[in-house]
Amino acid sequence: MARISGGIATSHVPAIGAAFDLGKTEEDYWKPIFEGYKYVKEWIKDNTPDVVILIYNDHASSLMLDIVPTFAMGFAEEFESADEGWGRRPVPVVKNHLDLAAHVAEQLVIDEFDLTLINEMDVDHGCTVPLSLVFGKVEEWPCKVIPIAVNVTQFPTPSGERCWKLGEAIRNAVKTFPEDLNVQVWGTGGMSHQLQGTRAGLINEEFDRRFLELLAHEPEELKYITRLEYLREAGTEGIELIMWLIMRAAMGYGVEEKHRFYRVPASNTAVGHVVYETKS
Amino acid sequence: MQQDKTMPRTRLYSLDELDDIPGTKVFRARESRQAYHLHKFCMSLMKAENREAFKADERAYLDQYAMSEEQKQAVLARNLTKLIELGGNMYFLVKIASTDGWSAQKAVSSMSGMSAEEYAQMMLAGGRSPEGLRSIRNKN
Repeated sequence: MARISGGIATSHVPAIGAAFDLGKTEEDYWKPIFEGYKYVKEWIKDNTPDVVILIYNDHASSLMLDIVPTFAMGFAEEFESADEGWGRRPVPVVKNHLDLAAHVAEQLVIDEFDLTLINEMDVDHGCTVPLSLVFGKVEEWPCKVIPIAVNVTQFPTPSGERCWKLGEAIRNAVKTFPEDLNVQVWGTGGMSHQLQGTRAGLINEEFDRRFLELLAHEPEELKYITRLEYLREAGTEGIELIMWLIMRAAMGYGVEEKHRFYRVPASNTAVGHVVYETKS
Repeated sequence: MQQDKTMPRTRLYSLDELDDIPGTKVFRARESRQAYHLHKFCMSLMKAENREAFKADERAYLDQYAMSEEQKQAVLARNLTKLIELGGNMYFLVKIASTDGWSAQKAVSSMSGMSAEEYAQMMLAGGRSPEGLRSIRNKN
């Protein structure tokens, strides 16, 4: 049977991807950020999953113009890195695990989540920056990736409670997949940031640190943060944090927090990152 | 008095609250439609040949899209504040900045009322505090 063995959450700031691609990781500005990922780069060597279910948002790269799905799963054999206006990131093609993806997709709809399936799309920095931060520069990603895109751009986004339930449904779906697979769920985006208006540059460290603490120990408290509270407290783009709740709910109750990192700023954003192992 | 048989649907807050956040425009369905052709232009910049064509003759390139004249003028002026007002969303608009070789930080700072340098310094110092910027009504 497949099992969820761990979870990772991380911000997915595009400038981090650019710094990584351009070899700026040792520069004064970027070094403290990449230091925060040293742990996970070691940890993943002993904990490489067969499949990552990667929760991210598309930043108007493949979705959000003609079609605005609340929850969408990439359902192609593979996904190229998107050209977001400065060329494609030089990273490996992301390869799907279609058998598990098909099973999860079917189980989610049966579980009342009306998931949209996307048969052709590129993946943008929301998906590829976390992969680079965890796996580093590689010729091929060492595992399969099932991308699940969440609308966090156009109000109303799904609620925190809805995201929590989606995480639980993903957990149930994985547990009922007959093949023996080691699966991780990653939640990406956040932490506090706002990319528009005169309030641009908003960072709420107190909110972010409380979020990190509760995520580890009392995660269900976080379900009830409303969209309005995210907008007011964490900025218009800080609402991406709802994607961390999907990861956390997919872990089940008992987790061991292996690593926690927080740093301001990366470009316009507060960077947060955690590594969880599920207790067996 | 005739009693209303339907149960009122509870909501945690009125959607008018979305207009109560200082210096913030929440991107919703109406904006998404208002900016559809503007956004279609932005997403066209995800191809190198289109970026070149846009740079070669911006006005002619924009005229291929059914955007409003106001939106076209705001693109030509790189006025992101105006583009947000006209329905734009930053995830689309940032593709114009990328085409210009601007960093996302420089693009975002152009809306903040600060110079790019002042903004970068503010971010290094921990970013903009939410104090006083949560609610226009409550001044907190």
